[in-house]
Formats: sequence, structure tokens, C-alpha cells
Amino acid sequence: MNWFREWMMPVAASEHAIKVDDLYMFIFWLMLAFFILICYLTVVFALKYRRKKEGVLTVNFSHNLALELAWSIIPLILVIGIFFWGFNDYVSAFVAPNDAIEIHVTGSKWKWAFEYPDGTRSIKKLHVPINKPVRLIMTSEDVLHAFFIPSLRIKTDVIPGRYVDMSFTATVPGRHQVFCAEYCGKDHSDMMAEVYVDTPEQYDIFLKEGPEELRTMPLVELGKFTYDEAGCKSCHSLDGTEGEGPSFKGLWGRSEKLRDGSSVTVDENYIRESILNPSAKVVAGYEPVMPTFQGLLRERQITGMIEYLKTLK
Amino acid sequence: MADIVATPKSHAQGDHHDVDYLHDGSLMSWMTTVDHKKLGVMYLWSILFMFFLGGVFALLVRLELIAPGRTIMDAEQYNKAFTLHGAIMVFLFIIPSIPAALGNFALPLMLGAKDVAFPRLNLASFWIYVTGALIATTAMFTGGVDTGWTFYTPYSTTTDGPVALMTFAAFVLGFSSILTGVNFIATVHKLRAPGMGWFKMPLFVWGIYSTAIIQVLATPVLAITLLLLIMERAFGVGVFDPKLGGDPVLFQHFFWFYSHPAVYIMILPGMAIISEVVPTMSQKVFFGYKATAFSSVAIAIVSFVVWGHHMFTSGQSQLAGAIFSFLTFLVGIPSAIKVFNWITTMYKGSVSLAAPMLYALMFLILFGIGGLTGIFLGTLSVDIHLHDTYFVVAHFHYVMMGSTVIAFLAGLHYWWPKMFGRMYNEGAARIGAILVFVGFNTTFLPQFLLGSRGMPRRYYNYLPEFQFLHQVSTVGSWILGLGFLIMAGYLFASLRKPFDAPSNPWHARTLDWQTSSPPITHNFHETPVLKQGPYDFFKPFEPSVEGYHE
Repeated sequence: MNWFREWMMPVAASEHAIKVDDLYMFIFWLMLAFFILICYLTVVFALKYRRKKEGVLTVNFSHNLALELAWSIIPLILVIGIFFWGFNDYVSAFVAPNDAIEIHVTGSKWKWAFEYPDGTRSIKKLHVPINKPVRLIMTSEDVLHAFFIPSLRIKTDVIPGRYVDMSFTATVPGRHQVFCAEYCGKDHSDMMAEVYVDTPEQYDIFLKEGPEELRTMPLVELGKFTYDEAGCKSCHSLDGTEGEGPSFKGLWGRSEKLRDGSSVTVDENYIRESILNPSAKVVAGYEPVMPTFQGLLRERQITGMIEYLKTLK
Repeated sequence: MADIVATPKSHAQGDHHDVDYLHDGSLMSWMTTVDHKKLGVMYLWSILFMFFLGGVFALLVRLELIAPGRTIMDAEQYNKAFTLHGAIMVFLFIIPSIPAALGNFALPLMLGAKDVAFPRLNLASFWIYVTGALIATTAMFTGGVDTGWTFYTPYSTTTDGPVALMTFAAFVLGFSSILTGVNFIATVHKLRAPGMGWFKMPLFVWGIYSTAIIQVLATPVLAITLLLLIMERAFGVGVFDPKLGGDPVLFQHFFWFYSHPAVYIMILPGMAIISEVVPTMSQKVFFGYKATAFSSVAIAIVSFVVWGHHMFTSGQSQLAGAIFSFLTFLVGIPSAIKVFNWITTMYKGSVSLAAPMLYALMFLILFGIGGLTGIFLGTLSVDIHLHDTYFVVAHFHYVMMGSTVIAFLAGLHYWWPKMFGRMYNEGAARIGAILVFVGFNTTFLPQFLLGSRGMPRRYYNYLPEFQFLHQVSTVGSWILGLGFLIMAGYLFASLRKPFDAPSNPWHARTLDWQTSSPPITHNFHETPVLKQGPYDFFKPFEPSVEGYHE
């Protein structure tokens, strides 16, 4: 009946997921048996004892102790058994081994951000090594969210002002879907992410060089991608519209007047400095509000941004 | 139509010339009435209107979900649509549906009383309900609310829109619910007919009585919670928002401390109707009367200590999770006992398959699914996966709609001849019932699969892999809608006829049928003195009302 199990549930990508499915299927067959019993008795009694004649008196069958005890005690024993089975799997899933890799997860309307032990950060894409215990330490910047990984059968509400944690050891390599499962407003249903279960080599490369697309995309495309992903677009427009920061349209090669009165030509080094140390040279008329992207962007992304800016005439 | 018992119109009036309660139809007589029957009818039209409104939002939500991305509305409109669907259905329809509409009408009649214990209070609760409904409607038309019916903080304290007005509406509606509960408790204690000991009461009365206890004890907690929410929004008093030093999870504890018992405010009256319809339509003594009566009370009590099962993923302690999970399983046992009692009641009976019984049989099957799928959700490790997915949506629709609403329809078809003195078209009723059954299952059965596959609830957009099941569900909602349209048709049509209902079309033994259809203003000519139990179908009928005969 493996096909049936796989039809009902997404791929089971951890030992815990397999245990959850075992219990799920056990409950399913048991409940199906009860349901068939209920339907069978309901339909059979309704048809067999269907009214044939009006005004007949019926038997005085109003109680039967043995019967009533049976249908009270048997379900009671069954549900207590199910309770302990579920409780056992639940508790074991919550205990993270001491050597677990700790990854910080931050939810905010409407994206997921991840920070790894070595300071590497990623957005929307969580990379974890295969067969290694991982502990997610999670918090929210605004309202409630919930981090839900269906193929690992785990989810936890992510709460502002406190940390919650969730552990797993993924055993199936590749991409797994993440949903936000606690309603959080307009783009709740688009607040998705992905878990990439990597081989040890892939994971090392990820920590060193960042996600794969950062390594392979053409530079200009990577610049555009970074512009969208890293949040540049919320302050720097592409069409000349004024924002929190200068528009990128026609910025390349221009001479900019700075807050301290000096001026600077927008070239490779100025862009690089503005990304890594934004408050060093702030253009006149703007506040020094931009955060640093040190550690958030890869070397190749910065180069990509520079190449992308060159195309924005 | 051999299943319908057509006795000639009752001669219960005898030599008396009292008029029926519908006789004075002037607007003022309705608006200011203290007659429990008229109030029941006014509640009935109000909640049916709300059911219609909530149903329109449901159909809009389902239509939007026929394809991923935008179909007929944008994300913000969608969020408001599902919020209004939930809030209307819960606060304005289901909670008052059976107790306030059918309970008001039938409870005093079943007890052999002239009215409820406090008739003016009854009128007050009705107008408080109307006030709450008007406030809620104002909130809907002044921007709408996008918090979900659960008003979870800190989203609800930070989002735009008339959230305070909407929660105030729920606050006001709560008072209507509390006053109705108080009234029913007093009525059951003080106004039973001579000879009607506690264990001679119809089981409908036991169910409504248990419900009333929950209404009185739990609703004030909701009122306090909503008041705190309003204070936080209006004056920045930090109770739930961590930015103000509050605790967002505290709101969930408060909210579910009411709203879980509220689930039983919704289902117990449904069970109460089934406990009435099954023995009467089967002409069979109720199997396990005391077990069922005590089950109602047991459910009412245990319902207060299971609220944490809504919060297994909320960050509450694992120990709390374990305790709530265990207690949740315990509350399932009395429900299981009831199901077996209903089924066994049919055994060796004389079962009519007229419309009320069709709905009762549907209830047994749908409540079976609703209850049994609850076992998945009570199980800790499995719930972690299923929580906040469509599995939960499907489960509670099987309980709320598949069980409570279907039981309400069983009761509506059961008491309709008594309420309005007219029979509806039985053939049309059967077609409607079948469409409702097929449509309901087509809508909600696929949602279990959506949920176990990981589709989260309250999603405007979804991954393409979920589309087929969503489409099946949407088509189901149209079949369901058609079933209700047919029902509206034959019920309204019946009202255009002259009175044609016999006083006791189902050959019931309870007192509510031992008066004319529709009943006279004061219910009975003489105070009934109970001569036999409510389900003594093993001995010949002996009227408890002097002068009444079929």
C-alpha cells in the first residue's frame, strides 16, 4: 500500500516523517474500520427496520450494560494507545542532539531569512546538510508566522519577541517546500521558502560561495536578481522615481554631490563601498539609513550589481 | 410517501376557541412579543438570513480558489471574504442557530410550559442579537476586517480596518448568548410539567441545558478577551502585542478558553436534535437515555479543559501539549457513546425515511467522519503536520456544517409543521437533502487530502499541484448551493398554503406535539401532567394534555 501512502502525503524526508506517516496510516485504517461499521449499521438498520405499517408498537430495548461498556471501553483503550504513540513521536522530535547545526530563522511580512553558524545568510532558501541534525532557532519581526516543512512533517509558530526552536535530520536530498502556516496578512500565501538538503560537499560550497544561482547566473542577470532579492528595490527605483535612496536610472558614471560637500564619481569602487559601508559617502539630500550588506551579498553579487548598474542608462 | 404519517388535522382545540400564535400578524405584535414561539421564529429568519450571507462569502471564497492567483478578487479582498464568512457563520449563525431559534420555539413546549422563565429577558436577548448583527454589518460595510474570525494578535491589533467594531459586535452578541443561556437554565429547572422528573425530560432539553451551562460560563471570558483587544487597539494598553510588552500567545489561551467550549455550544444542540428525531422517526424507545444525557453534561464539562489542542504548534510547553492531547481523546468517548446509542435506537424500530430522518441519517455519517478525523488532530505528532492545513478546515466543516447544520436542518424539517402549521413538499425535500449531501462531501472530502499533502489554510494563492482538488471542492460548493436553493424554494412555497399540518405528523410522544399546529398562544389549554416518558414507543400513546387526542 506504499502508493496509497505516497498519494496521501508528500515525500517523507526524515525518520520522524516516516514515523508520523506510520501512525497516520494506522489511525487511518482504524478509523476507516469504525467508519465502515457506522455506515453499515446506519444503512442496514434504516433499511431493514423501515416502516411498513403505521401505528405499530416497538420493543422496549432501552439499555444493555455489556454492549454499552464494550463501546465505551474499547474506544477508550484504542485512543489511549494512540495518545501514547503520538506523544512519544512528538517528544522525540523535539529533542535536538547536542551537535545539531544551529540556524537562525527570521520571519517577517512576507519573507523568511536564514543565518548560518558561520555568518552566511540567505533569503527564502534554507540549505542544510543531509543526515545531520539541524536546530532552527526562530523568531518573528512583526506578527505570528509558522514555519511549515510538509515533507519533514514539522511546523512551529514563529512568534515576535521570543525564540522557538524546531529540530530535524533530513534524509532525502534535494528541494523541499516550506510554507507559512499561520495567517499573516496580504501575502501570507506567497510567504514560501525552500529547504535544500545538500550533500556535505554541496553544503560546504554553499557556505563558501552562496546559493547555486549566484555562482552560475550571467553577471547582469545576477545583478538584477540581487536587486530584487536583497531588497534594493524598496529604496532605489529603476525609472528615476525618488525614493529613500537615489534612483539607479542613469546613475552610472555620474558625479554625485555628497552630504559633506565633496563629490564622487559613481564607478566600480564607489558602488562597492556603498554596498558594504553605505554610510561612508552619502549623497546630499538623503539620510544615512541604508544597512550594510556585508556578509549578506557574495563577492560575485556585488560585481553583478555593478554590471547591472552599467546597463541602467 | 408511506413514510409520512398523515393524520387528520388535530381536534385538540376541543371546545376552546383560543387562536394560534401566528394569528396576530401585525408588525408591532412581532417586534414587542414576549412569546417564545414568535421570538424563535424571529431568530429563525434572522439566522437564516445570516446563513445566506455567510454562504455567499463561502461561495466567493471557493470561486476564487478555483485557480491559483487572482480569479475574481485580490488578496486583500480574499482575506476579508474568508474572515467575514467565518465570523458571520460562527457568531451570527451557528451559535444562535439551534438554541435561540429552535430551542426558543420547542423548549417550553417540550417542558409543557407556557413560556420561558423570563419572557421579557428573552425579548431583550433577541434585540441585543439584532444590535450585535447591525454593528457587525456596519464593520463589514466600513472597510471589512481581514483578521480571520479568530482575531489572533498581534496581527489583529496592528492591521487596518474596523477590527474594534467587529470585535465589539462579537462582544455584544455574547451578551445575547449569555442571557438566552440563563433563561433556558431557569426554564428547565423551574417550568417542567408536573410529573416530569429530570430523567423524563426529552433529550433535546438535556442537550440545550448542557449548552446553556457552557454559554453562561464561557462567554464572559470571550467578552473580557475582546475587551482587552479593543483596549490594546484603541489605547495602546499592552496586553498581547510584544512591542508593548504583551504576550501574543496569551490571546490564544483566552480565545480558545471560550472558543473551544463554543464548539460544543455549536455541536451539543445538534446532537440534541438527533436524539429527538431518531427515536421519534424510528418509533422506538431511546437506547441508553441516561448515558446520552450524562454524555451531554460530561462533554460540557470536559470541553473547558481541552482548549490547548488548538495550540500544539504555538510554543506552549510539551507537557501542556501532552495533557491537552490526552483530555481531547477523553472528550471523544462520550461522543462515540452517543453515536452508538443513536444507531442502536433504530434497531427493531419502525423507521420512517421522511426528510427529518434523512437529515438525521446524514448526520450520523457526516458526524462519523468529523469525529473520527478529530482523532488524527488530537494525536500530537500527527497534528504537528496537519495543524493549520486544509485537513483542519475539512474536519471542522464536517463537525460544524456536516453535523451541526445538518442537525439544524433535521430539526427545521421536524418542527416546521409545528412552527408554521404547514407541511412542505416531501419529494422536493428529499431532492434537496440528496444534493446537500453530495455537494457537501464533494466540497470537503478533497480538502482532507489537500491538507495531508501540506496545503495550508487561509491561502489566497497556491501551488499548481493542489489545483485539481481545489477545483473539485469548488464544484462541490455549487452543488451544495443548489441544494440550499431548492430547500429555500419548497420551504417558502409551503408558507403560501393554508394550514394543513396535523398536530402530530411524526407520532411523537413529547409534549411539544400535544397541541395544535401551529400551537395556540399559550401553548396548551390545560397544564400538561406527564403520563408517559418521551420515548415510550413500546406502549400505546397516552396524552399528557387533557382533551388532546390525535
